[in-house]
Amino acid sequence: MAEQKEPKKSSRVADCEPSGEGFRVIGVPRRRVDGRAKVTGQTRFADDIFLPRMAHCKLLRSPHPHARIRKIDVSRALAHPGVYLVLTGKDLPISYGILPVSQDEQALCLDHVRHVGDPVAAVVAREELTAFEALDLIDIDYEILPTISDPEEALATPEPRIHEYGEEGNIHKQVALEFGNVERGFAEADEIFEDTFFYQGNTHLPIEQHASVAIKDPDGKLTIWSSTQTPHYLHRALAKVLEMPAAHIRVIATPNGGGFGGKSDPFNHEIVVAKAAMRLDRPVKICLTREEVFYCHRGRHPVLMRFKTGVKKDGTITGVHLQTLIDGGAYGSYGVASTYYAGALQTTTYHIPRYRYEGCRTFTNKPPCGPKRGHGTPQPRFGQEVQLDKIAEKLRSDPAELRLRIVEAPNTVTANFLRLGTVNLSECIQRVVKSSDWKNRFRKLPEGRGVGLACSAYLTGAGLPIYWNKMPHSGVQLKFDRGGGVSIFCGATEIGQGSDDVLAGIVAEVLGIDPFDIRLFTGDTDLGPVDLGSYSSRVTLMAGNAALEAAERGKALLAEAVALKLEVPKERLRFAEKRVFDSAARDKSVSFAEAICLAEARFGTIGTVGSYTPPKSPALYKGGGVGPSPTYSYSAAVVEVAVNPVTGWVHVPKVWIAHDIGKALNPTLVRGQVEGSVYMGLGEALMEEQEFRRLPRRLSHALVHKFPSMLEYKSPTSLDMPEVITELIEDPDPRGPFGAKEVGQGPLLPIMPAVANAVYDAVGVRIDEVPITPEKVMKALAEKEAGREPRFGPNHFPDINWPEALQVPPPWEGGDGKAVNDPYREKPRPTKDKVLAP
Amino acid sequence: MATFPIESQKTAQIRFTLNGEEVDLSFAPYKTLLEVLREDLGHTGTKHGCELGECGACAVLLDGKPVLSCLVLALECSGKAVLTVEGLSGDGRLHPLQDAFADCGAAQCGYCTPGILVTAKALLDANPHPSRDQIREALSGNLCRCTGYLQVFEAVEAAMIKIAEETKAAHGKSSATSLNRF
Repeated sequence: MAEQKEPKKSSRVADCEPSGEGFRVIGVPRRRVDGRAKVTGQTRFADDIFLPRMAHCKLLRSPHPHARIRKIDVSRALAHPGVYLVLTGKDLPISYGILPVSQDEQALCLDHVRHVGDPVAAVVAREELTAFEALDLIDIDYEILPTISDPEEALATPEPRIHEYGEEGNIHKQVALEFGNVERGFAEADEIFEDTFFYQGNTHLPIEQHASVAIKDPDGKLTIWSSTQTPHYLHRALAKVLEMPAAHIRVIATPNGGGFGGKSDPFNHEIVVAKAAMRLDRPVKICLTREEVFYCHRGRHPVLMRFKTGVKKDGTITGVHLQTLIDGGAYGSYGVASTYYAGALQTTTYHIPRYRYEGCRTFTNKPPCGPKRGHGTPQPRFGQEVQLDKIAEKLRSDPAELRLRIVEAPNTVTANFLRLGTVNLSECIQRVVKSSDWKNRFRKLPEGRGVGLACSAYLTGAGLPIYWNKMPHSGVQLKFDRGGGVSIFCGATEIGQGSDDVLAGIVAEVLGIDPFDIRLFTGDTDLGPVDLGSYSSRVTLMAGNAALEAAERGKALLAEAVALKLEVPKERLRFAEKRVFDSAARDKSVSFAEAICLAEARFGTIGTVGSYTPPKSPALYKGGGVGPSPTYSYSAAVVEVAVNPVTGWVHVPKVWIAHDIGKALNPTLVRGQVEGSVYMGLGEALMEEQEFRRLPRRLSHALVHKFPSMLEYKSPTSLDMPEVITELIEDPDPRGPFGAKEVGQGPLLPIMPAVANAVYDAVGVRIDEVPITPEKVMKALAEKEAGREPRFGPNHFPDINWPEALQVPPPWEGGDGKAVNDPYREKPRPTKDKVLAP
Repeated sequence: MATFPIESQKTAQIRFTLNGEEVDLSFAPYKTLLEVLREDLGHTGTKHGCELGECGACAVLLDGKPVLSCLVLALECSGKAVLTVEGLSGDGRLHPLQDAFADCGAAQCGYCTPGILVTAKALLDANPHPSRDQIREALSGNLCRCTGYLQVFEAVEAAMIKIAEETKAAHGKSSATSLNRF
């Protein structure tokens, strides 16, 4: 596609400018509103809560990766002094799960354990140590079952089934979608490229271990504080499993000490302490050990991928066929959505006229995989961007120039019916090419040094909620105080990304006050309206738009009352510097506090609400619920590497990254999100991996984590972090508050393929899998030395019996967003068939 | 009467200095300094990420030197001075490191922040003008998953300049009360 620059549109920005003098809060780098609490250690995380009479909970976890529970005897544990309560699966038999289609978890396993670390019993005692001691006194008789360690084994081993649901055997979910005849696309191509890639699983590793405290309120209701990113979904899960009215449950998401997606599922330990608190009528706390955090997991799915891409001589793509084999671990978690996501966003960066996607997620006896930063999309993006590097080389084209020729146009509806917003990917590429001096360095650096380029796109919030409903995705209430303060009530969850600051910044800008004049009550299901949670990069756009609406409504009330008092038309009033004044005669003014009093005298108590519901998506086919977003962010990165040919060690001295943010609400925090993404991307690219091994036969032969500790699970330290040159492309998107798009996840995505491409530039070997460890580099160098294909990576993709693909003609072939071979094409689909996306 | 686990039965007594205040404490002797700070003394500013000495979140200063409080038995602290994040600010003012961390975006989730702050303080106390590489080295035992460390380095450098200016100003006046309050 030709580069096509969208004319800079005025966004919602223009309506809110206080006085035509630009913004006072938005776009100004400043201290976040919760900054002081964080640097004084006063931010109250879940484990910082200590309550009178508080008991402590510990979970007994399965030492076996796969077994039946024949018998559990808790009598010795119960008799242990200081033990108050022992719970087993029978006490919490109702299953739950984050997705309506995968209600496959039990808080404590009833009769079947599916991975090492699956909880089977809970002890609540006066002291944490006592609870820990009592775990040893629980007697369990297990019948060991065969273990399934990876997806290929799962395909070959339909029995025993890890779950009694799914497609068949141990296949959890299969997806087959075709948007236009991809074979015809290949027939039109000048060159066909086929590559296989593997992306290893890795985990979030938040520094805060998950913790929860539950109490039975004096009136008999339940309150739980928890390190969760999704208090609303936890609220629903608790109501279901505890069989309590949701109105009697209050979930308070404490600020998370890092989330990255790992605290987005309702967790067994949360349900267990809630049950225990209700049973014992006293506060119950649990704080997981680091090892247990590894068992919670829900991290990056390991994915084997096959990419077949047809291109014209100039690089124009004629068709893409992607197949994925996804290692889901022991439970569904977000996996159905992850399976769709692994194919959904390939069409958002470059123009792909015909696209076929087949994905298969299997169950294995490992901790469940789920959403980690970039949910489901970093793996195929890695394959796509590395393959594009190979394509550019074969076509003798500069990889940056090739990409610039095929970048998708703004406001396009893609082959799979995703409606794009602003697209400034070309600008991103041009910026990093310039700042990195790409043209003088690519293929021109001395042996052992290299640069690589890659791009990506990401959602600015999932277009659909996790459970089917037509209600807003985010709501905000404002309360105006006579003293000039404003309180914000919203379900949005602070996980470090700055969601509180986004809300305060937007409201302060509209009302012309200081963000520090605002009090925030967030992440509390009793106090604030629902926000679906801190996932899918949705908070800035969705909660932000809700806050904007609530603030505008409040401003209108205040303006009406002040206009009467000052005897000026309300349209002439401006709100800035804690005053409301006549823009034509600035000395005619009242203070913001007076304005509230005037409004309260006229209208009664002042409170306003705002809410946000994403636009309807044109993707109407089954599975079309995953991928739509109000708009998408874009990133391009150049990574420089120095590869030591003797050790295989890959050192990254510098990264250049440009991110299409729309508008940076607080540039200090935006930069932090970009650099944090680069950091996490380098970890995934070079060292982080969730690996397993079998214990020797003479022991249990169990499949256990290789690295259930922070010491052995390698993550980058301060010594590993390169210099990062961050550039923000600000082209306000009319769909975002003040034009803002997401930044929390997108900038991670180009890093891994850029590293792989840079390694090739440095030493001429392709590492077609992550992490790119020294061993793999050495093996590839040895292949090169021996005159064989200079590559390390998977060489085959198993035969999978794919279902018939849903045929959805793309928009340019007259498609209407529905599948032509869908039996439900002309009639409404039963609700349970709707695939809902996080 | 039933026998209680032995650990709960005995208590130990020590006296030490916590953030400049003398503390007399009776506690279960198996407890680490981390546990005593958080559970017995209500000082929850010090966090934990592993309780195995791997992440650095629980760092505190023991007689001015950074230690991992999860690896130090409270019993070992008798007669010593412990400084935690709660002891950094004084006179109603934040320590320059705290101000700089808040202003530079060096605290995202804020969970590793207390450990990094005290470690950075120990660095600046020993070396008032560290290079970027010395800062990297000093903080290499403190894992942070949010920031990518760069804004942390910048914050330490900003604080370094601020402290140098304050020290210079204090020397300018004859009464060198200096920065002891921190």
